[in-house]
Amino acid sequence: MGIVRVISKRSFVLGLSLLILILLATSPLYAPLYTVILLTSIFMYVIITVSWTMFSGPTGYISLASAAFFGVGIYTSAILGKALPLPLVICMGSLVSFCLALLVGALTLRLRGIYFVMFTFGLVELLLHFILWWEVNITGTTGRVVPTVSNTTVYYLMLIIFVILMLTAYLIKHSKYGLALQSIGQEEDAAAHTGVNVTMVKVMTFAISAFFMGAAGAIMATRWTYIDPRIAFNPLISFLPVLMAIFGGMGQLCGPIIGAAIFTYLEEFLITRFPYYYMLIFGIIMVVAILYMPDGLVGLIQKLWKRISERKHADT
Amino acid sequence: MPILEGKGVTKHFGGLAAVSNLDFNVEQGEALGLIGPNGAGKTTLFNLISAALVPKSGTIRFKGKNITGLKPYKICRMGVARTFQTVKVFANMPVLNNVTLGSYFGISPGLSSSDAAVKASEILEFVGLSEVKATPAKDLTLANQKRLEVARALATNPELLLLDEIMAGLNPAELAQAMELVTRIREKGITIVMIEHVMKAIMSVCQRIMVLHHGAKIAEGTPQEIATSKKVIEVYLGEKAHAGS
Amino acid sequence: MVKILDIVIAGLLMGGIYALIAVGLSLQYGVARVLNIAHGEFIMLGAFISWSLYTIFGINPLVSLAICGPLVFIIGFILYRTLFTSLRNSSASPAAFEGNSMLASFGLLFIIQNVAILIWGADIKGYSYLAFSVSFGGAKFAANRLVTLGVAIIIGLVFYLFLARTRLGKAIRAAAQDPSAAGLMGVNINQVLALCFGFGALMAGLGGTLISISYQIQPTMGLEYTVIALIVIVLGGLGSIPGSFIGGFLLGLVGSIVTYIQPGLSLVAYYVIFMLLLVAKPTGILGK
Repeated sequence: MGIVRVISKRSFVLGLSLLILILLATSPLYAPLYTVILLTSIFMYVIITVSWTMFSGPTGYISLASAAFFGVGIYTSAILGKALPLPLVICMGSLVSFCLALLVGALTLRLRGIYFVMFTFGLVELLLHFILWWEVNITGTTGRVVPTVSNTTVYYLMLIIFVILMLTAYLIKHSKYGLALQSIGQEEDAAAHTGVNVTMVKVMTFAISAFFMGAAGAIMATRWTYIDPRIAFNPLISFLPVLMAIFGGMGQLCGPIIGAAIFTYLEEFLITRFPYYYMLIFGIIMVVAILYMPDGLVGLIQKLWKRISERKHADT
Repeated sequence: MPILEGKGVTKHFGGLAAVSNLDFNVEQGEALGLIGPNGAGKTTLFNLISAALVPKSGTIRFKGKNITGLKPYKICRMGVARTFQTVKVFANMPVLNNVTLGSYFGISPGLSSSDAAVKASEILEFVGLSEVKATPAKDLTLANQKRLEVARALATNPELLLLDEIMAGLNPAELAQAMELVTRIREKGITIVMIEHVMKAIMSVCQRIMVLHHGAKIAEGTPQEIATSKKVIEVYLGEKAHAGS
Repeated sequence: MVKILDIVIAGLLMGGIYALIAVGLSLQYGVARVLNIAHGEFIMLGAFISWSLYTIFGINPLVSLAICGPLVFIIGFILYRTLFTSLRNSSASPAAFEGNSMLASFGLLFIIQNVAILIWGADIKGYSYLAFSVSFGGAKFAANRLVTLGVAIIIGLVFYLFLARTRLGKAIRAAAQDPSAAGLMGVNINQVLALCFGFGALMAGLGGTLISISYQIQPTMGLEYTVIALIVIVLGGLGSIPGSFIGGFLLGLVGSIVTYIQPGLSLVAYYVIFMLLLVAKPTGILGK
């Protein structure tokens, strides 16, 4: 009886996901342009948040470098955009981010988590200063113009990256590496002594997550016709995914998606109505979430569900 | 050739020598007890063997190969497994997954996922934890958590097993079960080194005992020899040690 | 020769500020165990409060040190007593507390920055104080920067004496070594940790005031100083307050040399040092 319930739950989720996917894939055909653009923004944050959660969720190593990898993707797109076709540009953006993450990982992930947090926190500011200096002293220009691409193309590209990311995240989570990542988060020393090459697992997963952030950056760059270091390396992009993941809940894959979707919509809403207050509101939500929602929204819902079903069983 | 040998192994913490120019041998298939007052350097020695710490000087050889300076995961895959003084199970993971991690990563070359799962189930059967295979590790009793650590270590196919105070905190019934488990592990041909304060366990399970004090070896011999050694008695009466029997 | 003196003194001037803010962060992370990445925002608050006091009430910035410091101290103290103590009680382990408090401070970063923008606006501001130059050993220096260096050193010395000689200072040093043991010795650990966090904020506020004397300020200025403070506490050795003080001066010197060779690259140079530390000696100069 229980097995049948498990199977139908899984095929239900699968069916639902496929349906949503089809709806999303066809939406430029029937939805207004505003919705498509909003969905693109949601995809952007979902990709960054899910990528972030893929590494920082199970291991507990809080990366504050999302903006750095996203920004690297943006800049790669800006530099190569005129010379190469877009799909190649996206690959390059992802690869450069991947390599940067390998470097950062190799430097910091051999050591205690605090060094990782500190190093990733400053990375955004570092890249900002470096590229500013480069533009002032070497290339002589500040900022770059990015060749534009149609909104629908951007939408579909983001959708594709989203799907690839979800598949990757799912495969990792349910493979032995997912187990290894969890073990690192709970008892890293014991994991190392059980045969897990902890440094390698951490660095590779971190680099894979950066890969997707770079891809998202490379695509989104085409939405802003002009980018400069301050636009590309925006600390808010490091902050929001963390907030979204915590709020949504990091236990399941759907948590970051829900959190990202809610907050992207919230950001759009707040930026138009209360442009001077949205940082404040997000900051307050972050503090509240850390204090009162340790398992996020999904965790809260799971707890409620458990309580309801326990009550049901108590009645029978 | 001894399965494990150390020469001149030294480790300092600040100005203090935790392990001081230690030479030791472990013969294949034996059960070696490692005793000594608190702070004698026993766990530090385990940490040096398993590469949780790097020695200041000296070499450690496993099956003739120099393992000093290797990373812990490599040493594990070569066939050395251990448990920890403070239990380090993966608290939020089910018991089965704790052990499967070992069969996935601790064996070289790796097992397929179905083989790994089968092996993990077998090991749980062997240690007697099959009934709780789906329970999160944090919900187990201390005795069971210690058994889980042993199971996880066994999943990595070790030839040498380092047990760090697995009898501590157990009631008499649990103690008897633990001693019986150690005997069954030995029957599989696995060499064991065990740190213990519970003297009854050490004396009955081990053929040879090494006594450390202030990081140096002060005595080595059969349980009988150690129990009657004046030096050892002085050391233990001088410090208030726990004598389990 | 004059050039070298020029560079060295400029480095010490900046280093004095770095030293102060690093000591502040070291108190918060090393003792109170909060990696306060909103540290720069407290610096920014100190800078802006001084600016307001000067431009609105004409209060001398050296005098406003005595106002800004305590104000920012109180904000820090209250924050620790409410937010961080609550987190400490609800966190499953010290490691979980470190993670949670860091994330909470991330939230604080955005809250404080937004509040500052609401109060003072987003533009660059500045004021002029002791902006004339003074000759010293053949080189010219701005009087306000020399005064800043002097004040930073005095604050450092006062704080050192406080830690070494007073009862509270000894309690703080005990708590830095081993909080639970200190608690057993009768130290009211919650109070001490909150005071430490407050003192850390105090240092930030004072540093901000000193910065506002010589430099222009902006609500977004905090992040860069937080990053620098982080690098300094790693350089000095995590958990070592004297290390942070020395490290601050060292990094200031490096910054001055790099600015002389290639202005605009000082933060990059700091990061190179950070990377070298991580590769070779993560425990820093005086770290345990």
